[in-house]
Amino acid sequence: MRYAGMSHIVRQTVLLAPGLSWLAVFLVVPCAIVFGFSFFERGIYGGIEYVFGFDNYRRAVDPLYLGILLGSCRIAGIVTALALIVGYPAAYLIANAPPRRQRLLLVLVILPFWTNYLIRSYAWMVLLNSEGFINRALRALGLTTEPLPLLYNEGAIVLGLLYAYLPLMILPLYAALARMPRDLREASLDLGASSIGTFLRIVVPLSLPGAVVGAVFVFVPSIGNFITPDLLGGGRTNMMGTLIYDQFLSARDWPFGSALAFLLIALMAVLLMVQAWLVNRARTVGHA
Amino acid sequence: MLDRPGGRLLSAHLGVVYLFLYLPMAVLAVMSFNDSRLPTAWTGFSTRWYAALLANETLLRTAVNSVIVAAAATVGATVLGTLLAVGLERRRPSTLLDTAIFVPILIPDIVMAIALLSLYYMLDLTLGLHSIILAHIVFDISFVCLVVRARLRHINPAIVEASIDLGASEWTTFWLVVFPAILPGVVAGALLAFTISIDEFVIAYFTAGAGLSSRTFPMQIYSMIRFGLTPEINAAATIMLTVSITLVLFSQRLGRGAVA
Repeated sequence: MRYAGMSHIVRQTVLLAPGLSWLAVFLVVPCAIVFGFSFFERGIYGGIEYVFGFDNYRRAVDPLYLGILLGSCRIAGIVTALALIVGYPAAYLIANAPPRRQRLLLVLVILPFWTNYLIRSYAWMVLLNSEGFINRALRALGLTTEPLPLLYNEGAIVLGLLYAYLPLMILPLYAALARMPRDLREASLDLGASSIGTFLRIVVPLSLPGAVVGAVFVFVPSIGNFITPDLLGGGRTNMMGTLIYDQFLSARDWPFGSALAFLLIALMAVLLMVQAWLVNRARTVGHA
Repeated sequence: MLDRPGGRLLSAHLGVVYLFLYLPMAVLAVMSFNDSRLPTAWTGFSTRWYAALLANETLLRTAVNSVIVAAAATVGATVLGTLLAVGLERRRPSTLLDTAIFVPILIPDIVMAIALLSLYYMLDLTLGLHSIILAHIVFDISFVCLVVRARLRHINPAIVEASIDLGASEWTTFWLVVFPAILPGVVAGALLAFTISIDEFVIAYFTAGAGLSSRTFPMQIYSMIRFGLTPEINAAATIMLTVSITLVLFSQRLGRGAVA
């Protein structure tokens, strides 16, 4: 379906220009503006002082903010690790289910992801609060007498984020596992490797790129979240997302908020590059 | 491999994962029919919280706003995204362009929200429903493009060649052969775009103007949740879940799992 000549160029322009221009104006330019803002200073009344400098980035590694950044990295890291532990066996099972069942199982995994994020957090507020479903169940079973403080702590944040982003871990893991030729595993077993050995030396390395994609998909939105820390954490734990939110909507220090947002993007880019490197390596190993 | 005890344990794990994913929503849906004023203690069946929603004019107004935003963004994104998909499938594969299409999906919503707010600030644009619509089109384009491209790849090139060989112009071939073949994908993409847009909160929150006139349904839900748990929220949440799940299931059927 490839053509050459003038009419081809005209047609391609008509097809591609509107969408790409939209992305340029409403995505590339805004991101460039944010990048630009990050080198300026905040005005006295909240606007932008156009004085160039690296102060915002210096401030981001200030002990006060660095603590928040590292704290949110830790929470997002725990969520990612849990998502991998819970998601890997699930993805493995789906990838090994009968082909007709796989689609249904996958749709069931992704379906909650397409529902409103606030409601998915709210559902946990209903379950975890002191008069909630879980506390009532525990009391009914006689396991507790006083309601457990399940809500408004770090554990609740981790649970809420895991709930929200688990599908984003299972999906790429499934894709990696489903792509894997069955022969590889059979060859390994035929050649005398144990099933655990086959799993560890064949299945795990080949699904690693999928795991890394999943890790990026879980880690980045977790660290940039401000809703879950607010609703399930009671607003006491700050994530990087909370910090950016505050700079733009309450502290009105847009340049500092911009620097933080840019750091988040840089982090995501680095993680995606690691992923690309792993995919390339897996490909080379696969061909060797 | 799954017949041994370890395998059965694994299968049980999958069951637990689905329970984890659906139990919170199920509890919410059940509690929305609870007669009690407390959002969590069951006292009896009632639909009165749904009736309360219908009497809540603020909530209805924001629901109308959300439908306007989602519908407008869907129309814009479906046109732009479909054109883009057709154009991209016709040219040499380009890693740069393929990545560019994914960026709106990958970028954290808070970053996109502040970036768009900064753009509007630089342009001195008055914020309102229109500024949310412009913003929502950005990520909706990506989803539509993704779903339509998946569909385009399933077209048998022979039928396109046959049409050209039999003397149809390219324009005629597109409308009579290609477009009907990708139409289910276009509709699937549009449904997905509508669902994402109507549920989207973060970007709308940053790019909306002040006051009720540009407040969307999720924004209203957010302020209600922060105020405290009420059975009314349970009912509103259940309606939203039902709408999203229905739309996505339709989209899945039509798009043949392009996204999942």
